[in-house]
Amino acid sequence: MKTANQHTILKTEKLSIGYNTKKEATVIAQNINFELQKGQLIGLVGANGIGKSTLLRTLIKVQPALSGKVLLNNKSLESISPIELATQLSIVLTEALTSKNLSVLELVALGRQPYTNWIGNLSHTDIDIINAALEQINIADLKYKKCYELSDGQLQKVMIARALAQDTDIIVLDEPTTHLDMYHKAYILKLLQKLTKDTGKTILFSSHEIDLAIQLCDHMIVMTHDNIFYDQPCNLISQGVFESLFPDDLITFDNTSGGFKVKK
Amino acid sequence: MNNQNTYYTSFTTLTLVLVICFFVNISLGSISIPLKSIVSTLFGNSDNETWKVIIINFRLPKAITAILVGSGLGISGLLMQTLFRNPLAGPFVLGISSGASLGVALVILGSGLFGGLFASALISKWSIVIAASLGSFLVLMAVLAVSSKVRDTMAILIIGLMFGSITAAVVSVLSYFSSAEQLQQYIFWGFGSLSNLSWNELLIFFGIYCAGTILSIFSIKGLNSLLLGDNYAKSLGLNLKQSRLIIILATSLIAGTITAFAGPIAFIGLAIPHLTRQIFKTSNHKILLPAVFLFGAIVMLICDSIAQIPGSDYTLPINAITALVGAPVVIWLLVRQRKMMF
Repeated sequence: MKTANQHTILKTEKLSIGYNTKKEATVIAQNINFELQKGQLIGLVGANGIGKSTLLRTLIKVQPALSGKVLLNNKSLESISPIELATQLSIVLTEALTSKNLSVLELVALGRQPYTNWIGNLSHTDIDIINAALEQINIADLKYKKCYELSDGQLQKVMIARALAQDTDIIVLDEPTTHLDMYHKAYILKLLQKLTKDTGKTILFSSHEIDLAIQLCDHMIVMTHDNIFYDQPCNLISQGVFESLFPDDLITFDNTSGGFKVKK
Repeated sequence: MNNQNTYYTSFTTLTLVLVICFFVNISLGSISIPLKSIVSTLFGNSDNETWKVIIINFRLPKAITAILVGSGLGISGLLMQTLFRNPLAGPFVLGISSGASLGVALVILGSGLFGGLFASALISKWSIVIAASLGSFLVLMAVLAVSSKVRDTMAILIIGLMFGSITAAVVSVLSYFSSAEQLQQYIFWGFGSLSNLSWNELLIFFGIYCAGTILSIFSIKGLNSLLLGDNYAKSLGLNLKQSRLIIILATSLIAGTITAFAGPIAFIGLAIPHLTRQIFKTSNHKILLPAVFLFGAIVMLICDSIAQIPGSDYTLPINAITALVGAPVVIWLLVRQRKMMF
């Protein structure tokens, strides 16, 4: 039992997510149970409005859980201090940067904030880690470019490098492939897969690229109206989970190709 | 580390320019005093008693006030622009100056409503200072409360403008009931003035200014992470509520006292951070904060020197000069870049 626990980075127990308004609680999904293992790439898929973002926001402690628990490294998320959390979990969001006047180097360097002193001076170790992150994502040549000069794909890579520089056990990305063309969607997800292999970090991302996720992920979380599934992609296919993902009047899931087809 | 070197050069140049502007500012005035006598007076061996009085009691405090006002407004503008994620933010636009004006109007003009004896006790310099600081702090808290509910930064600016309108309305109601003398006193305060500060007042001014500046220095790290956005800043371990409060406190201390002592001075707070970003080409607050300090002080000294109208007895209202300098700068920046970066 103990050895199994050592590899679990993030775990949910009977988690229930949603919004608490003054009068009542709106439950979006309940009884969510999964264990994310070290060094794995996990894709979170589901239809629009099913609660993917709410789940991610709960996991990264932006909004509180309605009930149940989120355990990060065997510690309840609520009991982890902000600065401790910053060394264990980093994020890449869909929201636009407040300022795009930062250079790539400055932006990636911000990932070191949890480790720097009161005024944010970078040590030699910090600078080494920043450069290593830039190398790993292959953007060392963009170092001195300003963020407003970058394409969407480049900016996404820079944000991933920043999360990498934060040196956390798990990186959570909210729809990292939006606004990207087909090639770059595949490129980014492939890059995430490579990072899990090279660095041993756990990476959780939400996406609408179900076919790419099936090909690349170690595990997948599939959110449907009635249930939440967590398993390896091949098992999910054989269980027929993907068929129940969308209404079947327009598109159907093709088991052999692992993708969706438009009905003729 | 090429970047580092260019920063050093820029900082050295700016510091030199600041020193030059400081001496130029002191040497200009309605009475011409040779530069040699000024330097010897500043170093404590004066040859002319009248000149000594002019320099030590009038010109020196005024030049120091200019430095504090220019740098302080620049710093508070920088803090506001980052905190409110808005390139148009500044003490003037967000209604901080309006809040201070409202406080001052209530003290100067409102005293007429409270009647004789009470009034004369109220209108001391200190009551004006306290009223202005309180006014600016309250407006900032209100703007902050609204901004946590309204995510749209445009709305925040409009709210700042609304506070300006409310101030104007209250002032016009108050002025209807006040005497010509009180009205004149308020209008003169509104022109802005860097002179008339005694050494004692300057000391208090400096003390509060320092408190605000120290708070801003401690906010540098947080300000940098805020450049990414609130959620990212949080994910980097920043205590958002606490940092926001410290930044707001720093701004209202600095901008509030400046408005109290020197009147509502327009455009410096908005324009200086943008000009500085143009020169230093960075948004890193560790570079920007000291750069804004130097640059703001320089611009304010120059504005004050112009306001003197060298060689004449007249002094123009400082507020007119800063607007004449600041407004075209903002327009030029917008036209040149088509977009304001921060």
